[in-house]
Formats: sequence, structure tokens, C-alpha cells
Amino acid sequence: MTPKELALKSIGYRKNILKYIYGANAGHTGGSLSCIDILNVLYNHTLNVGPDNFKSPDRDRYIQSKGHCVEALFVVLADKGFFPESDLETLCRYKSHYIGHPTRKVNGVEQNTGALGHGLPISVGTALAAKMDNKAYRVFTLLGDGELPEGSNWEAALTAAHYKLDNLTAIIDHNKLQITGRTSDVCNTDPIDLKFESFGWAVRHVDGHDFKMLQETLDELPFTDSKPSLIIAHTVKGKGISYMEDELKWHHGVPNKQQYAQAIEELDNAVATL
Amino acid sequence: MKDFPYTESKDTRSGFGAGLHELGKTNPNVVALCADLTGSLKMDAFKKDFPERFFQVGIAEANMIGLAAGMTIGGKIPFTGTFANFSTGRVYDQIRQSVAYSGKNVKICASHAGVTLGEDGATHQILEDLGMMKMLPHMTVINPCDFNQTKAATIAIADYEGPVYLRFGRPVVPNFTPADQKFEIGKAWVLNEGKDVSIFATGHLVWKAVLAGKILAEQGIDAEIINIHTIKPLDEEAILASVAKTRCVVSAEEHQLNGGLGDSIAQLLARKMPLPLEMVGVNDSFGESGTPEQLMEKYRLNEGAIVEAVQKVMARK
Repeated sequence: MTPKELALKSIGYRKNILKYIYGANAGHTGGSLSCIDILNVLYNHTLNVGPDNFKSPDRDRYIQSKGHCVEALFVVLADKGFFPESDLETLCRYKSHYIGHPTRKVNGVEQNTGALGHGLPISVGTALAAKMDNKAYRVFTLLGDGELPEGSNWEAALTAAHYKLDNLTAIIDHNKLQITGRTSDVCNTDPIDLKFESFGWAVRHVDGHDFKMLQETLDELPFTDSKPSLIIAHTVKGKGISYMEDELKWHHGVPNKQQYAQAIEELDNAVATL
Repeated sequence: MKDFPYTESKDTRSGFGAGLHELGKTNPNVVALCADLTGSLKMDAFKKDFPERFFQVGIAEANMIGLAAGMTIGGKIPFTGTFANFSTGRVYDQIRQSVAYSGKNVKICASHAGVTLGEDGATHQILEDLGMMKMLPHMTVINPCDFNQTKAATIAIADYEGPVYLRFGRPVVPNFTPADQKFEIGKAWVLNEGKDVSIFATGHLVWKAVLAGKILAEQGIDAEIINIHTIKPLDEEAILASVAKTRCVVSAEEHQLNGGLGDSIAQLLARKMPLPLEMVGVNDSFGESGTPEQLMEKYRLNEGAIVEAVQKVMARK
């Protein structure tokens, strides 16, 4: 897919994220909008995974550590054909499998996540299993910047380097906001790149909304032989909706009717600018 | 009272090590992870013969549980090894979310459980682990009694699909169960049939129950002694069948009274067969330093405590 085609797809994804969050009156709006372009490129450009090969031992694995942004994942999985998009009308409803965090009861989800600091250790284990079997599949995980203070991430970062897991890629959705405020104010983790480099990772920065840059960067994996790769994706929380961008209240905020209508209008208008 | 001859005493952790080594030979999907306690967990033989399937993760238990969950996504059957304390309380969230809730085929193997860890004291002597693990939905909880049974249990859980907590310990105890036993998860094992009282024991207290049974026999009390090696799922049918006959119950475990085997039996009796119960276990206390024998005496985890509990409960019939 060309960057332009991906950009068009992301507009559709953003509309669906908002549609289903608005319908459910629940969800993590800002973070889903910040990571959706990354998921778009992963599932439509990089990962060799789809409904047809999801049971294959050779499929690439994607594990979403920032499970609360499940709406972004569900919208992409529906688009890939893992389940009918209309299933998402039950999002966060009683008796629905499409709950507020990823669960394996939903086709296409590798691992239940939601408690933060879990995705990286799990991904390291999966990457180790691949190495053990000399399998070529790769493991990708998406972390929020707000979950980096969880110590288990750093334990896993050590292990990944120790076992030279160049089949592992962690992507940080670095939108610089978390539920309480600026990540730099809550618990400053900067400089993230130097920390991971000193732990033995190969690190790149990207604009997490630049499709061409995301494609090219992901195409270059692994960045260094025998090292796990980290992509720090600089993103904007609430990206694509003027009044949501970089606004803390949209971490868990749900648009009202008027706000929803404005958001959809903005996204429709964005199509013409591509 | 049946006799239970034995020729050697061994630690249950060595039973785990032997079972794991056996699995190394028979099941290529079994992998082992350890948090810097390879010697304590008796995982050396597996490590030596199957180095490509052994992962030293260092002192990073949360990470170890996460790695194990991840390895199942690659089709492995991971066995994690560290002390019971660091296998449970330290990593409860990892077990809850990444293993139990996710339905992962991870075997959490925990040594040095209870006060018999001994000299290192209360920080390392967990007495709450059975409770924490049994509360987790879909978690199987196993606490075998001797070397042979721990070895058999280790081998058996590899063939069971789902999360398991396997608890064992440090001290050398009589190895009195058969070497060729078939371990059936969730199946209580009647060691001695009796009619006056049902003694349900788990782990190291099973042998203490056998010793108590001999003392009781001398007093003319015919005790039924049942080894509850699986705390969850509890063999309710076997327990109720025994209690229907004896009409009174003693539980015995190296664990807090709150949340352990006795707690599970109390719930069962209250629901289905309300009859007198006395519980042998640790009563709302942390441990302390000492030899295993000293601590088992201090915390009343021995045959004397079981005999007293039997006398007390029989008086309540």
C-alpha cells in the first residue's frame, strides 16, 4: 500500500474508532487515535498475519501492551476480516467479547492485555520461543509511554538484549500524555532512547503519523543484527481531531453528539487534503 | 493403621527436579525458566542435558512469568522455577493477567514453601500462596507430599492443558509413596481407611498425619487419612464420602488457616455436610528463623497437633 492509501485508510479507521466509542459511550479515545497509524502500517504493510494464517505457527505475532487502546486494535482487526465490523456495535456491552481490553476471545488477539508492563515480557518470551525453534516469524509489541515506569519493562528489556532477540520489535506510542498529566511530569522517563541503547537495544525515532517513514523504518528491521529493536514513535494524543489533539481530557473522554459530528466532519474534510 | 515403610528420605524439590529432567527427555515442548535459583530448585540436571530449553532470567520474577506466558504463544510448555514466595506474591498481577486470565499453559513451580524453608526466616517463608493461587479462576493448585509424588505430579501437569501452581519444599522428608504411582490431578488419595475421624492433609503434613494415625491407633482411634495433593480442584466427592462415614474432620497443612486447604474444606462442609472441623495450620502469623523441626513444633504443624485436633473434634461429634 502507498503512503497515500494508508493515509486514506487511517481516516476510515479514525472514523470507526470514534463511531464505536461514541456508540459504547466508553473507550480510550486519545490513545487509540495516537497509535492507529502505527497499527495501520503494521497490519497493512509489515505483519504477515491475517485471518487465513492466524493459526499458523509461522505467523508474525503482535501483542498490544497498551491494552486500553483496544478500539484501535479492534477496528484494524475488523478491517482485516478477523470478524464482522458490526460486532463492534457491542463494544463494552454486557455479554460482548469486545470488552475494554484485548481478550483472546476475539479472533486475531494473541494475548489478553490491559494491566500495564505485561506486553514486553510476553513478547520477549514469544521471541525466545521463535529462536528456539529457528522460526522466522517476528514479534511486535506496542507500548504506551506512560507504562514505561513499570519495572517489568526494564526486566524484559534486559532479557531481550541478553538473548540477542533481533526478531523482537517494541514500538512506543510516545504521545507524551498519560491519565494524570504529561509523562515528563508524572514520572520522567527521558531520555528513552539512551536508556534502551544502554540496555543493548537498537533504537530509532519516527514520526508516528508519517506513513512513509513508518514503512521505511519497519522495512529496515532488525536495525542491528543480534539486537532487539525499539521504535520510538512520536505521536499526538487525539491525533486527527482538532479539539482532541494533545488534550489530556481525551485520554478516557467520549465525545458528545455535537463533538462526534464535528469530529466526523473534520475527518471527512481531511480526505480532500490527501 | 496401615504401615508405610520407606527406605529413604528426600526433599520434594528434588522430586520436581527429577520430574522436570524426565520431561526433558520425553516432551520436546517443555522448557524451563529460572530466576537465579537453579540449584535450590534442583533444575541443574535439566539445564545440563537440555541447555537449549533452559532459560536463566536472573532475579526478575515478574519478567519470568511474562516470558513464560509469551512462550506459550510460540507453542511451548513453560515451567518456571523460584521460591514459592517469589512465585506468587511478588508476581500476582503477572499470574493473574498474563497467565490465569489469559488461559496460558504455564506451570508455576514453587519451592521452599512454608516455614520449613527454615533459617532464612519470615521474608522467605510464604504461608499464603495456596490461598492466592486457589482464588484465581481456572488455576489448578497442587501440593504433593514427598519426593515420589512431587516427581509424578511434575510429569503429570505437562500433559494437562492450563495454568498450574505446583508447590513443594526444601526439607528432607520420608519418601513413602510408590515410585511408580500415577498422579491424578484432583483425585484425593486415601492412605488409611478408618471410621472415627477424617484427617485431610496436604504437602509435608501428610507424613505428620500418618505419624498421628499411629498414635491415635494406640489410643483406640481409627483415623481415616487422606492425602489431598490437589487443593484445587478439590475432590469434594472423596471428602464428603469420608466425612459421611466418620462424622468429624481435621485438616492439616503448612499454610495459613485462612485461605488454605482447611478453608476450602470448611466451605464444602458448611455447604453440603455441616459437621465439626478442627484445622491444623498457621494461625494468622508470619514465620521466623529456626530449623524446620523447631518451626514445625513452634507453629504446631506436627503429629502432636493433629492428635490434639482429633481429640478435640471427636469430642464435638
